Amino acid sequence: MSTPPVRLTYREACRLALRDALHADPRCFVIGEDVGKYGGCYGVTKGLLEAFGPERIRDTPLAENGFVGAGVGAALAGLRPIVEIMTCNFSLLSLDQIMNNAATLSHMSGGQWSVPLVIRMATGGGRQLAAQHSHSLEGWYAHIPGLKVAVPGTVEDARHMLAAALADPNPVLIFEHVVLYNAEDDLDTTVTGVDLSHARVMRPGTDVSLVTYGNSLPKCLAAAARLAAKGIEAEVIDLRVLRPLDMVTVIASVSRTHRCVIVDEGWKSGSISAEIAARLAEDALYELDAPVRRVCAREVPVPYAAHMEEAALPQVHDIVATVHAVVKPG
Amino acid sequence: MTDKIHLDRAHLHQVYRQMLRIRRFEAKCVELYQSQKIRGFLHLYDGEEAVAVGVMAALEERDTVLATYREHGQALARGVPMGALMAEMLGKLEGSCRGRGGSMHIFDRERRFFGGNAIVGGGLPLAVGMALADQQLRPGAVTACFFGEGAVAEGAFHESMNLAALWQLPVLFVCENNRYAMGVPLEDAESQPDVYRKAEAYRMASAPVDAMDPIEMEAAARHAVAHIRSGHGPYFLECRTYRFRAHSMFDTQAYRSREEVDAWRQRDPIERLRVWMVDNHRLSPGESAAIDASIRTEIDAAVAFGEVGTLEPLDELERFVLMDSVVQERGALEPPA
Repeated sequence: MSTPPVRLTYREACRLALRDALHADPRCFVIGEDVGKYGGCYGVTKGLLEAFGPERIRDTPLAENGFVGAGVGAALAGLRPIVEIMTCNFSLLSLDQIMNNAATLSHMSGGQWSVPLVIRMATGGGRQLAAQHSHSLEGWYAHIPGLKVAVPGTVEDARHMLAAALADPNPVLIFEHVVLYNAEDDLDTTVTGVDLSHARVMRPGTDVSLVTYGNSLPKCLAAAARLAAKGIEAEVIDLRVLRPLDMVTVIASVSRTHRCVIVDEGWKSGSISAEIAARLAEDALYELDAPVRRVCAREVPVPYAAHMEEAALPQVHDIVATVHAVVKPG
Repeated sequence: MTDKIHLDRAHLHQVYRQMLRIRRFEAKCVELYQSQKIRGFLHLYDGEEAVAVGVMAALEERDTVLATYREHGQALARGVPMGALMAEMLGKLEGSCRGRGGSMHIFDRERRFFGGNAIVGGGLPLAVGMALADQQLRPGAVTACFFGEGAVAEGAFHESMNLAALWQLPVLFVCENNRYAMGVPLEDAESQPDVYRKAEAYRMASAPVDAMDPIEMEAAARHAVAHIRSGHGPYFLECRTYRFRAHSMFDTQAYRSREEVDAWRQRDPIERLRVWMVDNHRLSPGESAAIDASIRTEIDAAVAFGEVGTLEPLDELERFVLMDSVVQERGALEPPA
């Protein structure tokens, strides 16, 4: 007996996850800018204020450092906060609380406290929002021990990652890509949960591994379809979580395909793509038949004009061209 | 605003004893620093003891305390065992944080003591969140947050003051105004040097208090805590005090005169209380000697405890980066349905 799949958007999946979490645990509450009356700057929390009231859907003033720190404090003192930061660009205003408190308190106190905190934020470019609203900082946060960094790239992960994050006793940052909010997909209703530890093979292939996450995932799947038409079978890996990084799945894939292209909307220098490439060099060099290649954002602040923005971010044709450079059709 | 406190002999002795044990403990720390057994930063509370002792006297077990990197006094006054504090400063496993925090990061879950936040202003948002949780889970509990006057220039201070007042949270903001943010005098840093008046902008109750007078200090703290506990929202207490010694062990104090320090030393809260008690027949030479002796014994024992302590095994270096459970709730009841 199988239940028919449900079709919904990534945004609806995020909202459903919040609704479930708030129903499941009275300690759980949402806190952030415009999460209540406005319904969330990307509309994710729409309708939740009416359903759960102002104490559990708590609007804040524009004070990222203050309300993120309040989330850390509330987590320490027995609640299960879900903090929403409008976009990761503004998370920089709360970096002290994320890095110096949330990420350090457990270790620094000798294990006396856990910080069961979830912070959701929008990430990424592609909507012509220019340099201060288009950053991809998830790889940057993945630098920090003490945090977990989740990057849902599918409707299924948007639907289920929040519950996994809330079940985790550690601070988990969830980066929701702004372009994906309107993406629609069938949700397999037999899947009732996901983990925060494994990457996932989204498309099997034999010739090259495309390692990616977030909004670069649909781009990689589109690139793989084009490549298949030319006789190149790309395996697409959705990393899903950037910290901890599931290199076992990545290396297993590279051991099958012997070629790897990493696709990341973050800048190339000092990025998560650099980390993956370094680990492949350390642990899987002899599996490789060609140099690892990366398709990343160009090293510029993301510009407004559509053609400039498009050129600054990884696109399907960039991925296809890069694969062609390392795989010669047999 | 001076709520009368009961000045019985035992209580006076307790206040005196607490301040003196903080002072002497830190004198021992300086000694151990000079002999290189304590390293890193060491920020002394010398001169400011009445603040921590007064506030802790007004708090209860169910309350929460957050402090700064200058927190030996708060830790001792809150009841963190002196041995655990000393072992921490000596970098030992038996320390309050297994030697991982050192002088600036003293934590003690059992006593709800979130000591050392070493980012100026960094503890204030946490206090807001803890009080928010208390408002729902543990009504009546108060969160006391210590910070220096240097912190009031930080955005975190203003964001936290606004949130606490907006949501009427049970937070006691304890500003230890010792007049210098490291080397920057208050008048050089603040357009409004009457720090307590900053609370007016947030419609938060506030008052200044002469924190060189331990009795005034405790009375002010009791008044503030009673205000919060009776559901009247947060309270901001500006404790006017002075640090007799350098900011840390690396400070030549070029920013202030010897005369200024000497003048403040005349107002030493410990000596003032001692003289007052002697003059008013509340402290006999025998009692004074007994207090001295008990403190000496406690410090000797703390140093011995720390020195025989062990080092955390290196294979535990990565332990507690990530936790496998919400450790503070382990064994706790399930959340209310």
